[in-house]
Amino acid sequence: MRPAFSVIFLTTLIGAGQGLFVALYSAEFGAWLSFWAMPSAQYFSLGCVLVLALLGAGLFASFFHLGRPERAWRSAAMWRNSWLSREVIVLPLFMAAVAAYGLAHHLRGAGDLTLTLGGAGVALALLLFVCTGMIYACLPFLQEWHTPLTVINYLLLGCASGFLLSTAWAAVQAPALLVTAAAWTAGVTLVALVMRGAALVRDASLRPKSTLQTAIGVKHPRIAQKAQGFMGGSFNTRDFFHGKSFAWLRLVKWGFLLLVFPLPLALLAGGAALASWPVLAAAFLLQYLGLLIERWFFFAQARHPQNLYYQAIS
Amino acid sequence: MSKQLALVIDLNVCVGCHACVTSCKEWNTSGAAGFLSDDRPYGRDPTGTFFNRVQTFEVGEFPHTQTVHFPKSCLHCEDPPCVPVCPTGASYKRAEDGIVLVDYDKCIGCKYCSWACPYGARELDEHQKVMKKCTLCVDRIYDEHLPAAERKPACVMACPTSARLFGDVHDAESAVSRAIRDAGGYALMPEWGTHPANHYLPRRKTEITLHRDELERVDNPLKIDGKLPKPDVKAPSLDDSTTW
Ligand code: SF4
Ligand code: SF4
Repeated sequence: MRPAFSVIFLTTLIGAGQGLFVALYSAEFGAWLSFWAMPSAQYFSLGCVLVLALLGAGLFASFFHLGRPERAWRSAAMWRNSWLSREVIVLPLFMAAVAAYGLAHHLRGAGDLTLTLGGAGVALALLLFVCTGMIYACLPFLQEWHTPLTVINYLLLGCASGFLLSTAWAAVQAPALLVTAAAWTAGVTLVALVMRGAALVRDASLRPKSTLQTAIGVKHPRIAQKAQGFMGGSFNTRDFFHGKSFAWLRLVKWGFLLLVFPLPLALLAGGAALASWPVLAAAFLLQYLGLLIERWFFFAQARHPQNLYYQAIS
Repeated sequence: MSKQLALVIDLNVCVGCHACVTSCKEWNTSGAAGFLSDDRPYGRDPTGTFFNRVQTFEVGEFPHTQTVHFPKSCLHCEDPPCVPVCPTGASYKRAEDGIVLVDYDKCIGCKYCSWACPYGARELDEHQKVMKKCTLCVDRIYDEHLPAAERKPACVMACPTSARLFGDVHDAESAVSRAIRDAGGYALMPEWGTHPANHYLPRRKTEITLHRDELERVDNPLKIDGKLPKPDVKAPSLDDSTTW
């Protein structure tokens, strides 16, 4: 598939936003269980502004994916069967929950209300991860995507990114929480590494179910395309091929593995030890860059069976 | 059972002339639904939206090869994976005749349905920015102003070799159902469970076996047939007696 930048930005930005919100709520929940002291109201309310900024930026990016953005409201219609439609509904609901949670903290401080609102928000954040992941995982013939690992990785990578940001945020607003946040971030990131690795191992052993033989229904083992019906390009040749070499793909794979996991983890350790928010923020940005590359790879590596019909121009 | 309109395409007969492609484009770019994009048709890098493409494949190894011309359009799957993914409901399958259609007024151009079609049958129109695909000429086949014999998709009308049959594959006695049954009709990529309504008829070996007695009757029971004329080698032939 050809990676679409609008979707790359959408999924990574909202992933970070959802992860950050889960982290904020964990901070409140842990304090409520008296594992640690309750952070300041600002930690939550301004944190929610940060979450909303990420979600808003993602939403903004998503419009560039649509041919007819002015009709975007129509996409909420088919929530009974379309995961895309469900995502379109859950995202604004989640944004509303985040806004309400932030506002409640700002006006009344932590309490039963914030605990309930935040719980609803976390449920919506998790649901949103499921919707986003299922958009890809529900397509059976994109074999690279058709696995629970797709949903799990959207969840874990989003959380890793959001928790890392929450660590930087804690360094600014709630220094007492810094070490705990850093430990949680490291844990989530390591689990994400294991699951993303599992997906890569699975991809390496996939054999395409469709072949040129099933595509045109001729059983002969040797079939060569001689013409695809046109000499110039078409939607089919533009939107389903990434046009990069195998070597480039390998490079990208190792690039994102490095940028998403070991490098930010090293910066995280350093930043937590020094209690320096700029170092932690740099770790977040570096990892975000890696996540953009990871998402690019996620799309590029999926082999669509329609490509069997577009192997040779003439 | 309800109706399921479909095409049956005979790969044994298709000569790859692209008449169906041009006829389809001509009909569907002139309809009420608006034009089909066609950019730089005479330029260096022509591109455009088509409902139907004819591709060519070479099967086997030289010198034992066959050329297979392969027309490809939306197969109007009985279980279309492209429909349930559509967030707006713009993509739908008609209950009355099984045609899969896109409502161009609802489509937001999110391309999700094109990801969900394993056959690459959908193309986003570069100018209208909505998803387009074969409609089985839904604006032709029910048109009472046309003579009954012309209420067929434009591609079927255009095919000079009658490689394209059109009809109801749920009616066991229709010409298309009989062709699928008798000539080994098959579906593309059966592995995904989409149950395409369109079927393809395979290439067949065409052979004729001649026996000696079919050229010259050996038994000649009434002694009426004469022997084939065998002139003397020295007799003048036609070449000797003409002067062109
Ligand atoms: S061929 Fe593709 S576009 Fe047509 S009905 Fe089947 S899945 Fe949908
Ligand atoms: S491109 Fe149009 S028809 Fe296809 S899924 Fe999106 S809204 Fe539906």
